[in-house]
Amino acid sequence: MAEAVATGTNLVKRFKGMPAPALDGVSIAVEAGTITGLVGPDGAGKTTLIRMLAGLFAPDEGEVAIMGRPPGAMLEQLGYMPQRFGLYEDLTVRENLDLYAELRALPPEEREETFARLLAFTDLARFQDRLAGRLSGGMKQKLGLACTLVRTPKLMLLDEPGVGVDPISRRELWAMVQELTGEGIGILWSTAYLDEAEKCDSVYLLNDGRLLFQGPPGDLTRRVEGRVIQVTGFAPRRRHFLKQTLDRPDIADGTIQGRAVRLLVREGSPVPRANALDGGPGTRCAPAAARFEDGFIEILGGGPKGTSALAESYRVIPPSDVPAIEAHALTKRFGDFTAARDMDFSIPRGQIYGLLGPNGAGKSTTFKMLCGLLTPTSGHGAVAGNDLRHSAAEARASLGYMAQKFSLYGDLSVAQNLDFFAGAYDLDRAAARRAKEAMAEIFDLGDKLNMNSGALPLGFKQRLALACAVMHEPPVLFLDEPTSGVDPVTRREFWTHINGLVEKGVTVLVTTHFMDEAEYCDNVSLIYRGEQIATGTPDTLKARAAELHRTDDPTMEDAFIALIEEDDRRREEEGQEAA
Amino acid sequence: MSEAADPARFDWRRLRAMMRKELAQILRDPSTFLIALAMPLLLLFLFGYAVSLDTAGTRVALVMEDDSNAALALAASYRASPYLDVEISRNREGARRQMIGDKVRGMIVIPQDFGRTVKAGRMPTVQMVTDGSQPNTAIFVANYAQGIFQSWAANEGLPGAAAKTPQVELSARFWYNPGLKSRYFLVPGSIAIVMTMIGTLLTALVVAREWERGTMEAIMATPVTMAEFIASKILPYYLLALASMSLCTVIAVTAFGLPFRGSLLALYLLASAFLMPALGLGLFISSATKNQFVASQMALIVSFLPTFLLSGFLYEISSMPVPIQALSYAVPARYLIPSLQTLFLTGDIWAHFLPNIAIMLGFGFLFFFLSFRVTRRSLD
Repeated sequence: MAEAVATGTNLVKRFKGMPAPALDGVSIAVEAGTITGLVGPDGAGKTTLIRMLAGLFAPDEGEVAIMGRPPGAMLEQLGYMPQRFGLYEDLTVRENLDLYAELRALPPEEREETFARLLAFTDLARFQDRLAGRLSGGMKQKLGLACTLVRTPKLMLLDEPGVGVDPISRRELWAMVQELTGEGIGILWSTAYLDEAEKCDSVYLLNDGRLLFQGPPGDLTRRVEGRVIQVTGFAPRRRHFLKQTLDRPDIADGTIQGRAVRLLVREGSPVPRANALDGGPGTRCAPAAARFEDGFIEILGGGPKGTSALAESYRVIPPSDVPAIEAHALTKRFGDFTAARDMDFSIPRGQIYGLLGPNGAGKSTTFKMLCGLLTPTSGHGAVAGNDLRHSAAEARASLGYMAQKFSLYGDLSVAQNLDFFAGAYDLDRAAARRAKEAMAEIFDLGDKLNMNSGALPLGFKQRLALACAVMHEPPVLFLDEPTSGVDPVTRREFWTHINGLVEKGVTVLVTTHFMDEAEYCDNVSLIYRGEQIATGTPDTLKARAAELHRTDDPTMEDAFIALIEEDDRRREEEGQEAA
Repeated sequence: MSEAADPARFDWRRLRAMMRKELAQILRDPSTFLIALAMPLLLLFLFGYAVSLDTAGTRVALVMEDDSNAALALAASYRASPYLDVEISRNREGARRQMIGDKVRGMIVIPQDFGRTVKAGRMPTVQMVTDGSQPNTAIFVANYAQGIFQSWAANEGLPGAAAKTPQVELSARFWYNPGLKSRYFLVPGSIAIVMTMIGTLLTALVVAREWERGTMEAIMATPVTMAEFIASKILPYYLLALASMSLCTVIAVTAFGLPFRGSLLALYLLASAFLMPALGLGLFISSATKNQFVASQMALIVSFLPTFLLSGFLYEISSMPVPIQALSYAVPARYLIPSLQTLFLTGDIWAHFLPNIAIMLGFGFLFFFLSFRVTRRSLD
């Protein structure tokens, strides 16, 4: 067994005003030359544990040892990347590196060589003189990594380095960190992305401050092996089919994968036959490879059931021939920078449309134009038949909007926020009271009505934000990264509601960083550098990616990366021809 | 703990790096630059030119109910006074309206029988009405008007005046500031305001900013000690405040013709002593609040306003109610401003400076102690 660079023994941490401890008897060991994953839902205690290892929290009970010494005594051997970008945004890339080189006492004669190596490693050499605040999310994380590496530490603590980073940058980041294990560094990597956890050497799974699992990720995956099936060829609409299947007692979890549905069978139940699933005569079941995520969901008690109480109580949106959302040559320029160029799509009633793309590609700009928050430079758009230019107010009244960041009033209580939005959407008193009661019931907010919404756990904040957006039962929903930073269980619950609403005729426009969520969309548009570079169903995009890379069964993430690389290549060739 | 890598050891190299970073941030942030350079200039010009507590040119109405030669002679005396700007009025009603309309600060009435009384060789009377809503000005006006009347009466050789002339002649001379120019004491005072702004207001923002932006967490996980961290916050702003103070002094002496009778040594010693509590308080506020908005509000309330109101800068401390006088002892600027005024107008009087320096340093130690108490390498 390799030497442990960091150990925590029976760690307990309580915070004032919290009934349950944030950490409750957790032991952990990070070994040299390996990547140890730290996973778990929001509020499980991941950040608390990492901060304890970094010496920033003192444990109430238990002991932390970094290379056998108390934390804080070994700061020279520690590289720590906090969850929020911890570098100076008003310093350049080079100045940040200089600062850390001095703070970590890098010998001056080694500086040039070290910087050259790190800048090449992180591919930031071209951006040396750029202010750190002007870097994209992915580049910021790479710079953070470089700063912790100016003197090779023995222990690296990375707190969710993948949050807010697009899939390409996320893969690059992972590859870099993996390279570091070769130098004998022990790495603790906390993540909400379970595909990353799957690649770790060993994984610690926290929930409610307790350790639920520790060991190689394969051990957890193995527990569900043989119980994962892929169902195809069913007759009902896929969302409807998923709902009815999830409501079966023998199914623990299910997700949509393009035209297929992937199911996890509950432990102890026999794998159901195809004809038992009520999917019609064409239904076929095939065993599928188990993933770490399946094990994760199961150990946390399975995903939510298929029926959404929200959708059950929602009105039926009447059918209409007019597309619910339309964009024609929608363009937005800021000065001489074109943030979004010629956005074109038409979304029929009762569909989910996804906008995907790296940070800063123009998703949010397109989104804000359609919500009437930004005036388009040219082109036109309409929501529920209301043109954005002439009847923006009507367009806004017919949509529910959930912003990327928590945008409710943090110092108002949950009940006051609900009251406010009921008022803002002009519900009459009886309707407002009914809606408020329904939301409290559906989203399980009953005992939290008097809490300040800013103090809610992240998952509940997202629930409240969704509740406020749908109180007036709008025919159209705009969701801007609704699940950013949210754990897989809460994300499933969220999508159960969305799927249910869509079955009632609601139209949804969504942006997301989670490529598996793109699978829920009827159509997606990949936006890159302000343009739509690919549009179609998730299966078409995957098929194109398979063609480009000649791979079988690519994931949505593979498709995303392949299509963006293809676009980069095209632009490069065009550039060369022009030159 | 091994001696090889003692993280608690103060390291000059780390301090230098942190300071260089801080300076780069100062130079890159236009608002810091505005507060450090543009604001002092604005303040100095405001107090140097626009705001004046001098009585020169206070407007009063002179009601001439009598037009005898004696009355005209007295009126001429009033008009000749540099301190009063006299406006002749024919009747009381007009003057009263001017006073209500805030056009004049007082009225002097030369009554109908004035000439006759003088001719009869008796002491005449004049009526003086002042605007009590501005007590300081009212007293100034009354005193000046009375003085002019007395000297006129003495000149005329009127019996009452002679009788009232005291046996011991009191002749007032104002030393060091013979013209009683308020600019002379306002400008040294505004230097104290400028140092408060940089020392407390700017410093109050810097640690809070590190907390708000999440950089504090990253810095705490490096070998930087809290002493180095605090020093890196203090030294650049100390230098910035001294630079700004020097700029103010040069302008005060060259543009405003302020005398500079003391020594540069005393000036920098006093300024440095004052900057200790100013920086210490800013740092304490910043570390305790961890929030830029709250920190700036706190800095305004506990530092900037007291420096303005309770330091003797604008208002004489001895004329304040006793409890407020007591409060003024807790305002560090109270010890700086009189010293600076002395330094500029009189010269080095160390017997006056040293106790003030000692008190300011005492406040400085207190605030630094508090800052160290609240700045710990921990998120708990």
